[in-house]
Amino acid sequence: MTENEPLLSVQNLQKHFPVHKGLLKRQVGAVKAVDDISFEVFKGETLGLVGESGCGKSTTGRLVTRLLEPTGGKIVFEGRDITHAGQGSLRPLRRDMQMIFQDPYSSLNPRHTVGAIVGAPFRIQGVKPEQGIKKAVQEILELVGLNPEHYNRYPHEFSGGQRQRIGIARTLALKPKLIIADEPVSALDVSIQAQVVNLLEDLQNELNLTYVVIAHDLSVVRHISDRVAVMYLGKIVEIADRKRLYSAPMHPYTNALLSAVPVPDPRARADRERIRLTGDVPSPLNPPPACRFHTRCWKAQEICKTVEPPLEELAGGHRVACHFPENAPEVPAGSAGTPATA
Amino acid sequence: MSQQSFLDVKDLRIHFPTDDGLVKSVDGLTFGLERGKTLGIVGESGSGKSVTSLGILGLHKGGRARISGEIWLDGEELVSASPEHVRGLRGKKMAMIFQDPLSAMHPYYTVGDQIIEAYRIHHDVSKSVAKKHAIDMLGRVGIPEPTRRVDSYPHEFSGGMRQRAMIAMALSCDPELLIADEPTTALDVTVQAQILDLMRDLQREFNSALIIITHDLGVVAELSDDILVMYAGKCIEYGTTEDIFYRPEHPYTWGLLGSMPRLDREPTERLLPIKGSPPSLINVPPGCAFHPRCPYAELTGGKAGTEVPPLAETEGGHLVRCHLDKAERRRLWENEIKPVLETQ
Ligand SMILES: Nc1ncnc2c1ncn2[C@@H]1O[C@H](COP(=O)(O)OP(=O)(O)OP(=O)(O)O)[C@@H](O)[C@H]1O
Ligand SMILES: Nc1ncnc2c1ncn2[C@@H]1O[C@H](COP(=O)(O)OP(=O)(O)OP(=O)(O)O)[C@@H](O)[C@H]1O
Ligand code: SF4
Ligand code: SF4
Ligand SMILES: [Mg+2]
Ligand SMILES: [Mg+2]
Repeated sequence: MTENEPLLSVQNLQKHFPVHKGLLKRQVGAVKAVDDISFEVFKGETLGLVGESGCGKSTTGRLVTRLLEPTGGKIVFEGRDITHAGQGSLRPLRRDMQMIFQDPYSSLNPRHTVGAIVGAPFRIQGVKPEQGIKKAVQEILELVGLNPEHYNRYPHEFSGGQRQRIGIARTLALKPKLIIADEPVSALDVSIQAQVVNLLEDLQNELNLTYVVIAHDLSVVRHISDRVAVMYLGKIVEIADRKRLYSAPMHPYTNALLSAVPVPDPRARADRERIRLTGDVPSPLNPPPACRFHTRCWKAQEICKTVEPPLEELAGGHRVACHFPENAPEVPAGSAGTPATA
Repeated sequence: MSQQSFLDVKDLRIHFPTDDGLVKSVDGLTFGLERGKTLGIVGESGSGKSVTSLGILGLHKGGRARISGEIWLDGEELVSASPEHVRGLRGKKMAMIFQDPLSAMHPYYTVGDQIIEAYRIHHDVSKSVAKKHAIDMLGRVGIPEPTRRVDSYPHEFSGGMRQRAMIAMALSCDPELLIADEPTTALDVTVQAQILDLMRDLQREFNSALIIITHDLGVVAELSDDILVMYAGKCIEYGTTEDIFYRPEHPYTWGLLGSMPRLDREPTERLLPIKGSPPSLINVPPGCAFHPRCPYAELTGGKAGTEVPPLAETEGGHLVRCHLDKAERRRLWENEIKPVLETQ
């Protein structure tokens, strides 16, 4: 596979969860958790997915790994359309795509030994490693920095960081091509967070893994990602390589997010320019029309309330959905993103 | 800290006897805080931050906790005071903002009723006067349409609004000491920024003493005058915010700084984590509790594993609990740690 051919390609992906009410459980609406998003993930890279609570990050991860059934759009993995792949064809897919979850406590069965947990994928998939399952598991434990002699221990005997390592070991068993990590470090202490971030990076280099890392922590995402997508209320509002996204963010929401992060530098606190958003994120049950960010955006004009801004490429690989982007290069005249001067 | 501060905590110990052994959650903590000042308490999970704050509010009284030491608040000693007396101080003299507002608010009463009730405990006013005050407070913390929202129930509020409502409740009696335990950890970053601004403004206005407890070094850098770093129930470093960020002298503080990816600097290739994980408070390592994780333990000639280092002044109120001598710590910081952190 060449550099430019995506390992994963998501086109106009949609997930609307129906909302039912009353005795007859009639559908009265839908949570537009993921609403027409498109992106690619290239082999060997890390795509970061950021955004505030409820914007649809986890739903995106679950759609891509086909733990959820999409209500629209298309998912292409290694050139194959897997949008509605049935149980039979999902089985091999589960080997190639793995998910790491946020909570190292609840994602491990407390009654199973570490050996059983990490070895489970071999058994489920009916894979018989040459060296035997036990040996293979011990090798993986070693790879993630756990003591192979702890094969027979139970999850409660491990610390939070070690449990997350067990979770990571489990996903590595079948040498997946794509790992979707949903908040892999947010439940961990800072010092442990750094250990796990380094581990993920080492494993990527050693095993040539491709990651989608979902997180709400913008600093962690910058550290770990090659490219970053920002979500707001079920939409991708901006996607770019990390350097561009963090140094010249174009979407007002991205700008607001970045300026809201507290900086651990007391001398900088006085002279930082801050963008302060008012209010909270609106409900995805009734998202604002057109640009979903217009209820909180300080740049909003009439057009933002009536015309949805398309996700457009305004600079090399830098796509943004906004009528009045910040840090924008010369906007090509007559493009759909050019607003009438207000 | 020789002369009496507004809040003076001296050698505070809070231990819990459990089936597994004695949990030394807070083990000899000493610090002071003046009115109008903000102290940040940082440390990883289980280091004793919440137990400390509950202890100051007297919320361990009557439980199984063994408490010793002194807590002086405005000239009054609270460890030896009766639970009833300390209860009477809560609300007006001191108040707390919790991480999870739902756990601190009653689900069956409106937000307004809860503020009204808290206010009337300390103020002999009619219900309607108290309600006006509640509406006023909700407006001050940025709740839109406070006249209508005063009659809402907690579950009708979003996370950010609930946190504001709890701040309104905590501030309704104008407390002289306010303790905020992870007040923004559960919130989104844009809402967190609003709440931090709000706390900063209100503290200035009310001139209260504020303790902010968090594991987020960014949050403390934004708000604090002084910082106390906790590890395994003890203070391992204490100083002004500038001391802790620009002249830290404890290897654990260095580790915290190195673990943190930073948005305000060029990204590094690698983070510099601390090895291992925080200790159990039942089996705290002997000597320096940090020694099993400390890269410099060998430099202290065996003392690290046997003698608890004292919390000693290094310069002008900056306190460090480490056996390494001052010159050595400064040399390590200047030559080995700082250059690496700064290339971040
Ligand atoms: N099974 C479901 N049924 C109905 N609504 C759902 C379901 N799963 C998620 N949602 C809703 O979809 C929206 C997006 O949820 P999602 O979990 O993807 O958000 P997220 O970005 O991962 O948020 P967080 O940062 O809090 O994890 C939310 O409003 C959520 O309540
Ligand atoms: N009532 C109790 N009985 C026994 N042990 C307790 C009790 N309350 C707290 N502890 C223990 O005391 C230690 C310190 O807990 P504390 O809640 O103060 O940690 P913290 O620093 O606030 O951590 P976090 O960042 O996770 O909130 C922990 O090991 C905890 O398990
Ligand atoms: S389209 Fe309008 S409302 Fe939306 S982000 Fe851009 S300027 Fe703001
Ligand atoms: S006393 Fe020794 S082990 Fe403890 S922090 Fe100092 S150098 Fe490290
Ligand atoms: Mg999620
Ligand atoms: Mg706590």
